[in-house]
Amino acid sequence: MEQYTMNLTLKVWRQKNSAERGSFETYPVKNISSEMSFLEMIDVLNEELIRDGKDPIAFDHDCREGICGMCSMYINGRPHGPWEKNTVCQLHMRAYKDGDTIVIEPWRANAFPVIKDLMVDRSSFDRIIQAGGYISVNTGSPVDANAIPVEKNMADAAFAAAACIGCGACVAACKNSSAMLFLSAKVTHLALLPQGHPERQTRAMNMVAQMDKEGFGACTNTGACEAVCPKGISIENIARLNREYMMAGLASDK
Amino acid sequence: MLDSKIPAGPLEQKWTDYKGHVKLVNPANKRKLEVIVVGTGLAGASAAASLGELGYKVKAFCFQDSPRRAHSIAAQGGINAAKNYQNDGDSIFRLFYDTVKGGDYRARESNVHRLAEVSVNIIDQCVAQGVPFARDYGGLLNNRSFGGTQVQRTFYAAGQTGQQLLIGAYQALERQVALGNVHMYSRHEMLDVVMVDGKARGIICRNLVNGELERYFGHAVLLCTGGYGNVFYLSTNAMGSNVTAAWKAHKKGAFFGNPCFTQIHPTCIPVSGDHQSKLTLMSESLRNDGRIWVPKQKGDKRKANDIPEEERDYYLERRYPAFGNLVPRDVASRAAKERCDAGYGVGTTGQAVYLDFKYNLINKYGKAEANKHGIENPDMETLIRLGKEVVKEEYGNLFDMYEKITGENPYEVPMRIYPAVHYTMGGLWVDYELMTNVKGLYCLGEANFSDHGANRLGASALMQGLADGYFVIPYTIGNYLADEIATKPIPTDHPAFTETEKAVSDRISTLMNIKGNQTVESFHKRLGKIMWEKCGMARNEKGLQEAIVEIQQLKKEFWSDVKIPGTIKEMNPELDKAGRVADFIELGELMCIDALNRNESCGGHFREESQTEEGEAKRNDADYAYVAAWEYKGESSWELHKEQLEFEVAKPTQRSYK
Repeated sequence: MEQYTMNLTLKVWRQKNSAERGSFETYPVKNISSEMSFLEMIDVLNEELIRDGKDPIAFDHDCREGICGMCSMYINGRPHGPWEKNTVCQLHMRAYKDGDTIVIEPWRANAFPVIKDLMVDRSSFDRIIQAGGYISVNTGSPVDANAIPVEKNMADAAFAAAACIGCGACVAACKNSSAMLFLSAKVTHLALLPQGHPERQTRAMNMVAQMDKEGFGACTNTGACEAVCPKGISIENIARLNREYMMAGLASDK
Repeated sequence: MLDSKIPAGPLEQKWTDYKGHVKLVNPANKRKLEVIVVGTGLAGASAAASLGELGYKVKAFCFQDSPRRAHSIAAQGGINAAKNYQNDGDSIFRLFYDTVKGGDYRARESNVHRLAEVSVNIIDQCVAQGVPFARDYGGLLNNRSFGGTQVQRTFYAAGQTGQQLLIGAYQALERQVALGNVHMYSRHEMLDVVMVDGKARGIICRNLVNGELERYFGHAVLLCTGGYGNVFYLSTNAMGSNVTAAWKAHKKGAFFGNPCFTQIHPTCIPVSGDHQSKLTLMSESLRNDGRIWVPKQKGDKRKANDIPEEERDYYLERRYPAFGNLVPRDVASRAAKERCDAGYGVGTTGQAVYLDFKYNLINKYGKAEANKHGIENPDMETLIRLGKEVVKEEYGNLFDMYEKITGENPYEVPMRIYPAVHYTMGGLWVDYELMTNVKGLYCLGEANFSDHGANRLGASALMQGLADGYFVIPYTIGNYLADEIATKPIPTDHPAFTETEKAVSDRISTLMNIKGNQTVESFHKRLGKIMWEKCGMARNEKGLQEAIVEIQQLKKEFWSDVKIPGTIKEMNPELDKAGRVADFIELGELMCIDALNRNESCGGHFREESQTEEGEAKRNDADYAYVAAWEYKGESSWELHKEQLEFEVAKPTQRSYK
């Protein structure tokens, strides 16, 4: 792949903290290599801002390998930018050409308040997991790992759902700010494995209740979440969640 | 002075005996005891969850926005366990022996044996939690091979094993949070240990959201804060991975063990330019099916696919016929460097070798699939198509990642790879109970020095992190806390807390008041360059001496000319980074001192003065069969303590993979 350099115009959301109002700032960036990652391009800009005595852009990032789920930028109207099944940290500048203008915003949802600039608070996701996104087994001496065979296609489907990185792109893309894809991925992961069966019903009920409490919206099946998910989590999981939830409602005596 | 507290008795009985006689804390008393856990990777999350389940009052801390983001999540290939599910001759003893040998006889036998023993419980525990490991059509668990072994003992979940294990531990942790047994503090960074009457009794944290300093009490403090590979600036570690928590403990008296033992991983995506912020690993599991080669002809500029078979040098298979492409990481890394230094490297920089999947894609997977489908005499196209499907299932996410970063399709052309800093075997010195030499201060996982000697085998980091957290600390911490049941929680207005917080606050103010001209990042890059060139894959006396002087100069420059924007009482990532880089600079000096002291080659530590005629690492057991435990004595001053290593079972021999 041929390397080239480009000059770009960035329009970046700046917000000092959760209390103050934010606004867009425009920054020109020059001599960006097509081999850079998107975040490395922001690094270059931040170094310039610091040298000029200005406040650098705050953004969440950590592993830069697309797996920790920390990075979260809404780029030109799409979470994680233009590439399919991708996180911002893995987006590379060869996606852009000289002269492009790029608009960068934080995730926007009531349940994800802005902390600073492009950084948001996603602790609501942790609380949804606390409501039941686990198998209640203490550390100790469970049965041998091979004592319970699990059908390969079930194990594979559970893994596909468990691949969720909890980044929140699904919420950011959804016009209702719904967390259904995130929640349904966890419910599916655990419901498909025999180890997760005993708590299936309470899990679905409690996690959905917590999601509502956090202020996430309802699902209207537009599918934007699936389209932007960096790990390709399928919207079929939401259908399964709805089934689990309905069955739990029918069976529940609470 | 260094008491490793290794239990008496035969090696395979030590842990059983220890557990049978260790002091216990009754459930009512556990509820009165508070434990601080810093870091929520595999070691921290598993420890916090397990201690919470036992009834201790746990406070857990991480600098990320959620405990699920800790860098264990990025581990790719797998986790070892001596299950012998494949009936290929594995056993607890073999895992123990492979690990001690792989570590080039610089690990503590008793710890490694315990690790091998509990490895089997880890897999059971994870499956019970719902970790979706790869399975075969019969519904049972699958295994693959990793470097330095001749059995298949690695359990995996595609190239995302670390993610799945961490999510398992994270869910167990969140369950304890929901039950009220663990209190979780995210976006908090530990900046010092609080000592009361010679015991660790708490920590000072910076709340990264508002910049406030906060005080927390604990009857014991566990550091599970990972490795320090980012001292090299470029590494496969996450951007936030740092040594700060361990370094603060070191300055409060905890000895640092074998700081120079660094693992350079052979298969990473090569550096593409000066803008590079981090390096990306391509899992060792790829060496199961990828063959490493360079052209036989120096400076061959042809495209990889245009170079015919007979003009390729599969140098690992040539030099190490018994282990071939699955030699341990240190051996594979040095062999790649040797070929590149000799002028056979590929790519624009010449600092890369090929990792090629074509042979196995066609011959191993393609043919097997064709057989399965009853296709007789399949043509090449069919073989490639069938083989690709299997390779995709095994390594799909890694191949996708490679293509995103490089723009090349590894199903079509071989990957270009080069060694990069990946893991640090060194860390805080701990005894058999995982306690540092500071009472009440424990260290788990990559942050301690104990199990991997001078080189870690692949898929053993996940094993160690979870072993320490799920199965070791729940027993060993009781031995200490049993004597603490009468200790009332110490109020955080105690003078020790006030003084420690003031010291932390003063240091932050000093940093902010420098108001110099150079950015934190620029210092970090310069430190990394010194470390990589002079304390990296090959080290010598002259280079190390130069590095020490250069680092001391860099330190002076940092403390007089660093430029940090913003203010203290706000979210200020540059300030956080400045504190971490300041600690890395001090650590870098100690690493060079340790590397200079250890005038032998062992594992990942290669002193050019100490090699065999064939260029293999040459150990010196007579003089260096010890753990170098360094005591901090003030600025640029350390005292060396030695823990002599006894090998009663795995007798040291020249390591050979030929």
